Amino acid sequence: MRYQKNIFSNIDWITVGLYLVLVIFGWVNIYAAVFNESHKSIFDISQSYGKQLIWIGTSLVIAIVVLAIDGKFFNTFAYTIYGIFIFLLIFVLLAGSEISGSKSWFKIGEFALQPSEFAKFATNLAIAKYLSTANIKIQDLETKLKTLLILAIPVSLIFLQNDTGSALVYFAFIFVLYREGLSGNVLILGFVVVVLFFLTLLIDQYVIIATITGVFLVLFFFIKKKRKEIFILVGIYLLTTGFVFSVDYIYKNVLEPHQKQRIEVLLGQQTDLKKAGYNVNQSKIAIGSGGFAGKGFLQGTQTKYNFVPEQSTDFIFCTVGEEWGFLGSIVVIGLYITLLIRIIFVAERQRSSFSRIYGYGVASILFFHVVINVSMTMGLAPVIGIPLPFFSYGGSSLWSFTILLFVFIRQDAFRVQQL
Amino acid sequence: MKAPYSDRKYVIYIIFISIGIILGFRLIYLQLMDSSYKVSADKNVLRYNTEFPARGLIYDRNGKLLVYNEAAYDLMVIPKYAKNIDTLGLCQLLGIDKATFIEKMKKASIYSSYSESIFEKQISKEVYGFIQEKLYKFPGFFVQARTLRKYPIPIAAHTLGYIGEVSPEKTLEDKYYKPGDYIGISGIEKSYEAELRGKKGLKVMMVDVFNREKGNFAGGKFDSASIAGKDLYTSLDADLQTYGEYLMKNKRGSIVAIEPETGEILTLVSSPTYNPNLLTGRIRSKNYMTLIEDKLKPLFNRALMAQYPPGSTFKLVNALIGEQEKVLVSSTRFPCSLGFHFGKLTVKCHAHGSPLDLEQSIVQSCNAYYCYAFKAIVEKRPFISTKAGFNKWRNHVLSFGLGEKFHNDLPNELSGNIPTSDYYDKYHGKNRWRAVSVISLSIGQGEIGITPLQLANLAAIIANRGWYYIPHIVKAIGKKNNLNQRFIIKKNTTVEAQYFEPVVNAMNKVVQSASGTGFGGKLENVSMCGKTGTAQNPHGKNHSLFIAFAPKDNPKIAISVIVENAGYGSEWAVPIASLMIEKYLFGKVKRKDLEQKMITGNLISSN
Repeated sequence: MRYQKNIFSNIDWITVGLYLVLVIFGWVNIYAAVFNESHKSIFDISQSYGKQLIWIGTSLVIAIVVLAIDGKFFNTFAYTIYGIFIFLLIFVLLAGSEISGSKSWFKIGEFALQPSEFAKFATNLAIAKYLSTANIKIQDLETKLKTLLILAIPVSLIFLQNDTGSALVYFAFIFVLYREGLSGNVLILGFVVVVLFFLTLLIDQYVIIATITGVFLVLFFFIKKKRKEIFILVGIYLLTTGFVFSVDYIYKNVLEPHQKQRIEVLLGQQTDLKKAGYNVNQSKIAIGSGGFAGKGFLQGTQTKYNFVPEQSTDFIFCTVGEEWGFLGSIVVIGLYITLLIRIIFVAERQRSSFSRIYGYGVASILFFHVVINVSMTMGLAPVIGIPLPFFSYGGSSLWSFTILLFVFIRQDAFRVQQL
Repeated sequence: MKAPYSDRKYVIYIIFISIGIILGFRLIYLQLMDSSYKVSADKNVLRYNTEFPARGLIYDRNGKLLVYNEAAYDLMVIPKYAKNIDTLGLCQLLGIDKATFIEKMKKASIYSSYSESIFEKQISKEVYGFIQEKLYKFPGFFVQARTLRKYPIPIAAHTLGYIGEVSPEKTLEDKYYKPGDYIGISGIEKSYEAELRGKKGLKVMMVDVFNREKGNFAGGKFDSASIAGKDLYTSLDADLQTYGEYLMKNKRGSIVAIEPETGEILTLVSSPTYNPNLLTGRIRSKNYMTLIEDKLKPLFNRALMAQYPPGSTFKLVNALIGEQEKVLVSSTRFPCSLGFHFGKLTVKCHAHGSPLDLEQSIVQSCNAYYCYAFKAIVEKRPFISTKAGFNKWRNHVLSFGLGEKFHNDLPNELSGNIPTSDYYDKYHGKNRWRAVSVISLSIGQGEIGITPLQLANLAAIIANRGWYYIPHIVKAIGKKNNLNQRFIIKKNTTVEAQYFEPVVNAMNKVVQSASGTGFGGKLENVSMCGKTGTAQNPHGKNHSLFIAFAPKDNPKIAISVIVENAGYGSEWAVPIASLMIEKYLFGKVKRKDLEQKMITGNLISSN
């Protein structure tokens, strides 16, 4: 065994500091969101804020445990951990409990745990392990297919649990794959697909087809008239138009009514503020009414009088917006972006590609959660119900994000130890 | 050596930072630029509670209470929050069955599941006390206080009118009213709505998402107290009104009594009537349907809306106009041979001595006399045209407050009808009619129509010898005597005072002399004046009419009595008017036999 002074030596304190600030500020906002006159103490464990304190405490214990584990452990047992969580994902489908429409919980007494939260961490380990294997090149078709398989197994299981939001998070791995050499066209393709999807719902599809046809005709005059290039261009053209036509079909036949509603709310086509649009509208009102400096701690009327459903969990950001105003909100967003950049920075300094890939995975997952969560509270993304990392109320999500982050911090500390 | 693809980290940095900036711009837009969200947040938490003022009370002329308020309670529901409640328990409390409950909930949900609607209207004090204790068991339900009108003496239903829920049209037209508010719908409640209703107050409260009140907004800075409605002092004499309704039991018709000196209406009876307490509270709509389907039309206010031919009472007007136009003096005699004969035309009269002078023509109610008089008025020399003569006659008639609305403080009055010359031009052809063509007007028959109120006012005019105040029902509003200015302007007829004396003397003889048609109404110790009328009508037996005032000098009361399809004026209208005058002047009635005869008379079932 290598010598280790103590488990806190060589860890990246900047990341840990950002983590602590976000967790504590999150806790304060949960207190405001569910504040109860008759239970004023923030330590009252009959209330969500008291419970969150327990989650925070246990998370710190978990963090220390993670830091105490041997640095090679996660690399060595990556597939094992992945396997265990895949098993749990299957098991929860058979024996789990249903909470708000998703059959993704294990209930142990009063507490409920959600394996899908931890599956992100396990999948990230497996991806990092696989892509860091010697002689693996992402350009190979086989590598691509195997990577896709590692992702597809948890994604399909989570879909079966009826937790679309958590399943969509796995799209975040596109950043990891890009960093590891996947063609940049994939990023562009992803972007184009999303844009086309929403455009098709907003505008008449024949208008879009006409525009696309126009663009490709212009492109046709500029390319070299070689058979291969013409072939590619026509192929892309056919794929694009096919996609546009299929969006309509997918939208009408594949999506569930509540998912359709959420998209319609986002696009402004659904204006029933009492039903599907209620949540987002009240959340926007909360954030908008905060103004520059906010209404002050415990002074938000939207927050105090419970106008925003799920405010302590998925909609916690609107508490920040209302009570802390623009200043508080921009600081929180700033903290997240700083944390993400710090993680990428730390990932880039890793020697082992396992650590680097794992680090990118951490940043990508956090990025997806933060952007989608904050966007949906501000009416920029459909409501898909994923938590704000470190901030939202909930044990599973806090534990899993803590493990996700501290395994990376452990890898980083291990890097120095190896010197 | 540079690691492969390590430059791609910059792409990732750029993506992270630019998304961060996009979110920042969204924040700037939501929090710094668009101020509408602030308003929405306020709208969410502020509830504007209306404080309903007490409606003004209504008294009679002697300070007797006629209308007061009783608290009633509407059970309100917000369907969204009325979930998982003990349906059966609530049904038992309210005494309704489950199907009714479900239907009511459905109705409320259709209106809005987030805002309140009335679940059960006007629950009684007893049920309220019961429910109040158990209301905590039924989330989403709460009680709103309202006021109910109550009538301690159940009289004057038509005059007092009733209140009811405001119509949707009215709420659009007048922003003061919100759906569910009460408004005066008829009678005084309608005409004095603005004074009676007072002013609503406002309390701004903070509420949470469940609409539970969390305290005053801004320390009550924006609250305003409600102002109670003003009390009304009517000119009605409750005792006389009660007595009038008592006498008119089982008869169709009306009694109107006026104090000639002031134009104040003492009594306004329309029979058949109804108990005003029937049209208040939750029983209102059921009772209203019963009343409206009643063949005797108890809701119809005959005193203001029925138009009768005045019959012989109208001879007084023609006598006065004749004098004013100098076509006759008190000694003028006209012959009568069982009627007035002109060519083929005959206006019949009963047998009496002939020729009669003015006084006797009234005492014996000669028809022929007034045919001559009317013909003389219309064809007075220098004769210009029938039309000009007729118009002059008509202008005189209008000055007696006939043929036009008073526009006083009683809603829904009708104008009566004094036909115009244009009407006859149309009917007979231009210049193709003469005085004799319309001769029935001379004896108050034909197209002429007069309301009981107008008829009573005619009695008041003669009592005053030529003038009147617009007859009105309210003496004072609130503490001050701030009466409508129009009611204290003396209105003069076009007939000079001196011409009234012979007519008054004749009316005196109608009652006081044994040969008079109103002798049956003669009173001890009081010299009364009157004139009977027997109006022919297409609905059956003649209407029995009588107008009177007493005492002859310094009259205190002028009255008109009409009993439909009762026969001669002297049979029913005279005794009833006489009993009313006795009651008013002496406070009690000595002639018990006469009283008994009138009360027991049932003229409804015989028709």
